[in-house]
Amino acid sequence: MSDRFGGPLWQLTRSRMVGFLREPEAVFWTFAFPILMALALGIAFRTQRAPTWSVGVEEGPHAAATFEALAASPDLRAVRLSPAEADAALRRGRILVLVRPGDSAPRLVYDPTRPETQLAAKLAEDALERAAGREDRLRPLRDTHVRTGSRYVDFLIPGLIGLNLLGTGMWGVGFPIATARQQKLLKRMIATPMRRSDYLWSLMLARAVWLVLEVAAVLGFGMLAFGIQVRGSWLAFALICAVGAYAFSALGLLVVSRARTVEAVSGLMNFVMMPMWLLSGSFFSADRFPDAMQPLVRALPLTLVNDALRAIANEGAGLAGVAWPLAALALWGVVSFGVAVWAFRWE
Amino acid sequence: MRAAVYCTPGTTGEARGDRAFATRPAPSYGAVTMIASAPSSAPAPPALYCRGLVRRYADVVAVDGLDLEVPAGECFGLLGPNGAGKTTTIEILEGLNVPDAGEVRVLGERWGQGRDRALRQRLGIQLQETKLTDKLSVAETVTLFRSFYDRGPTPADVIRRVQLEEKANAWVVKLSGGQRQRLAVACALVNDPDLLFLDEPTTGLDPQSRRQLWELIEDYKRLGRTVLLTTHYMDEAERLCDRVAIVDHGKVIALGSPAELIASLGAEHVVEFRVERAPDLAAIARLPGITQARVEGAGYALIVREPHVAIPALLGELAKQSCPLAALTTHHATLEDVFVHLTGRTLRDV
Repeated sequence: MSDRFGGPLWQLTRSRMVGFLREPEAVFWTFAFPILMALALGIAFRTQRAPTWSVGVEEGPHAAATFEALAASPDLRAVRLSPAEADAALRRGRILVLVRPGDSAPRLVYDPTRPETQLAAKLAEDALERAAGREDRLRPLRDTHVRTGSRYVDFLIPGLIGLNLLGTGMWGVGFPIATARQQKLLKRMIATPMRRSDYLWSLMLARAVWLVLEVAAVLGFGMLAFGIQVRGSWLAFALICAVGAYAFSALGLLVVSRARTVEAVSGLMNFVMMPMWLLSGSFFSADRFPDAMQPLVRALPLTLVNDALRAIANEGAGLAGVAWPLAALALWGVVSFGVAVWAFRWE
Repeated sequence: MRAAVYCTPGTTGEARGDRAFATRPAPSYGAVTMIASAPSSAPAPPALYCRGLVRRYADVVAVDGLDLEVPAGECFGLLGPNGAGKTTTIEILEGLNVPDAGEVRVLGERWGQGRDRALRQRLGIQLQETKLTDKLSVAETVTLFRSFYDRGPTPADVIRRVQLEEKANAWVVKLSGGQRQRLAVACALVNDPDLLFLDEPTTGLDPQSRRQLWELIEDYKRLGRTVLLTTHYMDEAERLCDRVAIVDHGKVIALGSPAELIASLGAEHVVEFRVERAPDLAAIARLPGITQARVEGAGYALIVREPHVAIPALLGELAKQSCPLAALTTHHATLEDVFVHLTGRTLRDV
């Protein structure tokens, strides 16, 4: 092999990797994009300190005592408002509940359809009852420690890894082939004694190298910035990523197997990827879709990857726990790859 | 019309040098049959051989019963206008396109007999319009192609041969058109091929780049290897090719060395002229020294044996017909004139 410069497979893989590194946009989309997305969504849905609720007290007789009673609650922030201001404040959402003190009982004004106004009304009622002399008997103890693994960001990061595997897997294989075919480079390659399987393998291998790096980048960022943990088996996590990436690459190969132009490939890629973007529960749980759709949703390769990664990272699943999704993903990969190679248009 | 050519290729280096004469009978058109009588005790297979090649696409017949035979060591040109079937023919010979009918042998082998990869080890192929990877360097591109072959020169050697040393580390996207084309030829030379296919190697290049590529091909010819090139440039064919097949509508309509084809016009000079009003062309054709007269574009062209006799006669005749001369040029007959003579069209028209 020494006189063949590491052999054709190495040279092809190396060319793919070098070619990719020299496309700054591609590198950005692969590495920086998912990290920025994780950062933005992580910040937007960060776990906040326990909130306080704004409650207005309309000026009038008993207003001072009512205000005192509400201000005593640690959960409420009370403000005194003139009758004219009070309506406007309620309408604009500056206060959630308006309390109109009365001679016998105060009147609570709020919108009953929103959870936070209902909650604020309950808290206000509580505070007023206590001020009026209600005795609390049970006084339950509280443990308000927030558990990692249950936060939105814990749900999000595995979903982003899955989404990234889908995007880079399909495009990382599909785009170079589409370009090479359109530029007649594919035809030039098969005019040499190169093994066709070497060419397809080199694309997969180059993908595998980036796969390790891009999963490590997103996961590492999640661990450092948001304290994400992988509670289950690291081996299972790595296997799901690898087999998932293989399935997506094979799907990419299938999509591109006959398309003649980059434009056609673009359209087909979106056609295949869009349902998974929407249905596979990367940003919200796929459980929200109706039961009738669940068999379809569950069978999509991205759903398999997302759910398996979450089970491992958040619920501590081991290899045995993800055996089925692993097998299903492998099936997706083998079938797609087989059909793709059979249908592949080299010219 | 079909041209069938039977040549017995020389088998030794000595024979190679002589074959130019030994196997080049005067060409004829129509059903061309040439039987060479060069002695050969152990006939080697021709480098390229095809008979009755047909390739149809949905609505056109691209190749329509084409025969070729190219002995080892020859630089053979397929010459014709765009759409004549040159690229389809060369791609069938390269094993990249499958004919609907006909027989093909490349270096004595057939495609699709399980030995394609072994055969490809011996071929150098430059395709029309291949775009190599933009962001690989010249050296990386040549090394990649070199890695597909069992033997051949080092990438640095090949890069030197095509004079791209200074650009060895430049990305393909930074190269000029001529440099890219030389890189494409470099990729075809990485295995030191026995047979080199070049499909329109200089189309779209500036004159200097064309000359550089011609020198490159001539260097390779000097090694005694076989070249098949397609072109629609007559000057390119005249300079590079030992023999030329003129192809039109998927058929060979003339075959021979450039000199023979030009000689077939029966005269070596072409006189082109324009006049103020239409002359009596038949009278002009009968003038001494003129072999043929025809309308060409906005003017007229005469194929002429002896310009010093023909031109004074022409001037006299035009004066007699009261047709004042607007322009007159003369040139040595070229393959272009042969093509026009055979088809009534110029290459540029098509």
